Amino acid sequence: MSTSSISPILSPDSETWAENIRREFPILDQQVHGKPLVFLDSAASSQRPRSVIDAVTWYEEHDHANVHRGVHTLSQRATDAFEGAREKVRGFINAESTSEIVFVSGTTEGINLVASSFGQKFIAEGDEIIISHMEHHANIVPWQMLCERNKAVLRVIPMDERGELDYQAYLDMLGPRTRIVALNHVSNALGTINPVKQYVAAAREKGIPILLDGAQAVPHMPVDVRDLDCDFFVFSGHKMYGPTGIGVLYGRKSLLEQLPPYQGGGDMILAVTFEKTLYNELPYRLEAGTPNISGAVGLGAAVDFLQRIGIDNVQRREQELLAYATTALESIPGLRMIGTASHKAGVLSFVMERAHPHDIGTILDTEGVAVRTGHHCAMPVMEYFKVPATARASLGIYNTRADIDKLVEALQRVREVLG
Amino acid sequence: MDLRDLYQDIIVDHNRSPRNFRLIDPADLQAQGYNPLCGDKLGVYLNLRDGRIEDLAFQGSGCAISVASASLMTEAVKGTSETEARKLYEQVHDMLTGAETDVDPMDLGKLAALAGVREYPSRVKCASLCWHTLIAALDKQSDAVTTE
Ligand SMILES: Cc1ncc(COP(=O)(O)O)c(C=O)c1O
Repeated sequence: MSTSSISPILSPDSETWAENIRREFPILDQQVHGKPLVFLDSAASSQRPRSVIDAVTWYEEHDHANVHRGVHTLSQRATDAFEGAREKVRGFINAESTSEIVFVSGTTEGINLVASSFGQKFIAEGDEIIISHMEHHANIVPWQMLCERNKAVLRVIPMDERGELDYQAYLDMLGPRTRIVALNHVSNALGTINPVKQYVAAAREKGIPILLDGAQAVPHMPVDVRDLDCDFFVFSGHKMYGPTGIGVLYGRKSLLEQLPPYQGGGDMILAVTFEKTLYNELPYRLEAGTPNISGAVGLGAAVDFLQRIGIDNVQRREQELLAYATTALESIPGLRMIGTASHKAGVLSFVMERAHPHDIGTILDTEGVAVRTGHHCAMPVMEYFKVPATARASLGIYNTRADIDKLVEALQRVREVLG
Repeated sequence: MDLRDLYQDIIVDHNRSPRNFRLIDPADLQAQGYNPLCGDKLGVYLNLRDGRIEDLAFQGSGCAISVASASLMTEAVKGTSETEARKLYEQVHDMLTGAETDVDPMDLGKLAALAGVREYPSRVKCASLCWHTLIAALDKQSDAVTTE
């Protein structure tokens, strides 16, 4: 993986390094309620750099046609752009082959695809599916629906008060009826980085496939699916500086080959008669219909962007900023961090005494500071910590110490306003 | 936008010390309100006597806007007839959503403190949750209502 920085003279530890990156994001240069925007909601959706916006615009203005369908020049160019993006993604996560890279609309669709296709073939009455207590709803509900359909049983790895999973409980859960494990790589509600390699190894040892929800991992740390040795890995373009409506399902080829098609339609077939349909090869067999071509182009550009900066640099920078932000927030009286795992990504979930997160969100917004408030699509996590909601500041590569200082300043306003 | 338009002194006060914040058990009518967006939960309880709302109380958790709104609602509605309560609901609803109306917020007494909410579209549901729940109780619906 590339480790070259955009400015080789500057270290990612320097604020100027981050400020230079920030300037590549046109949207960040604006005022909200008369205050300079401080964007701390990248875990919900990150912003796009100029290079991604330009790549999408160039494609729309010069190369668009349908893919895999025509002999004319534009169709060829569109196909090249689309398949080029697939190859970029393959390289980025170090998959063996582009046939293992399935374009989907996002993490949610990727998980639904596996739950539906894998479930249809491999899950029978009484079988067990293991998830964890800190999953996003996208990695709970599809499995619940499958359990309901096929009369299977959902088992949940418990969590402790720091927001770390109980590995021993997981080992005890892996049993003869376990058919698949679906696990968060990085929690969007708590920031916990789960030691997924360990979890994968334990499942693989018993021949049980494992899916990793990598939506919050891919933008923030190096991901190598062959090193992880997982069977499925899913993530979204819009959380890694790419467009919305595009995402990736990586699947181990030997497993993908066994999956029945998810949806039927064009592109996923070789030949259709009314008697029988001959399905296309991977990955096309799992990609019915005209795909999100410009989204894939934008995702490819986002991969280029992250590789240009160097994903190792991204990780190093965000870890340092996380430490700075954690210290700053913890010094605020009455503030309680939710999620204090020993390995965390740039997610700071918190509650404040006598201030509901919703009020915190509104008050911060009037100071130009954008944070997410609510249950973060992880209601079981909220229930565990006995809070209705949290406020969450999440970091992106464009955030600086000045942003954190603004956040802290704005949080002082909360007490002034709410009394 | 001035935050003081939203978090007026009355709102801050009713959030910090909500009025009629208790359970009525048994209650003639009650309903649960739920706002899935922010996790707000409210229980509204009331007793009727001769067509009047003799007692009205609420319990639950929520943001300052939803707690203050519920507190103000109990003060405004207690002692009124059911018809008057429903009319008040309509008027408050119009005020919160900025609908065309001949209601002057000034006629609504302390409830007018909620007028600023209309400038914050994402917060309208917080202020209206208690009212929807009250109406659900009056309609004798036993199911939980939601703002979605
Ligand atoms: C951990 C995690 N999983 C899944 C999702 C769902 O992603 P999407 O909405 O892009 O499908 C998210 C996004 O909020 C997430 O943070």
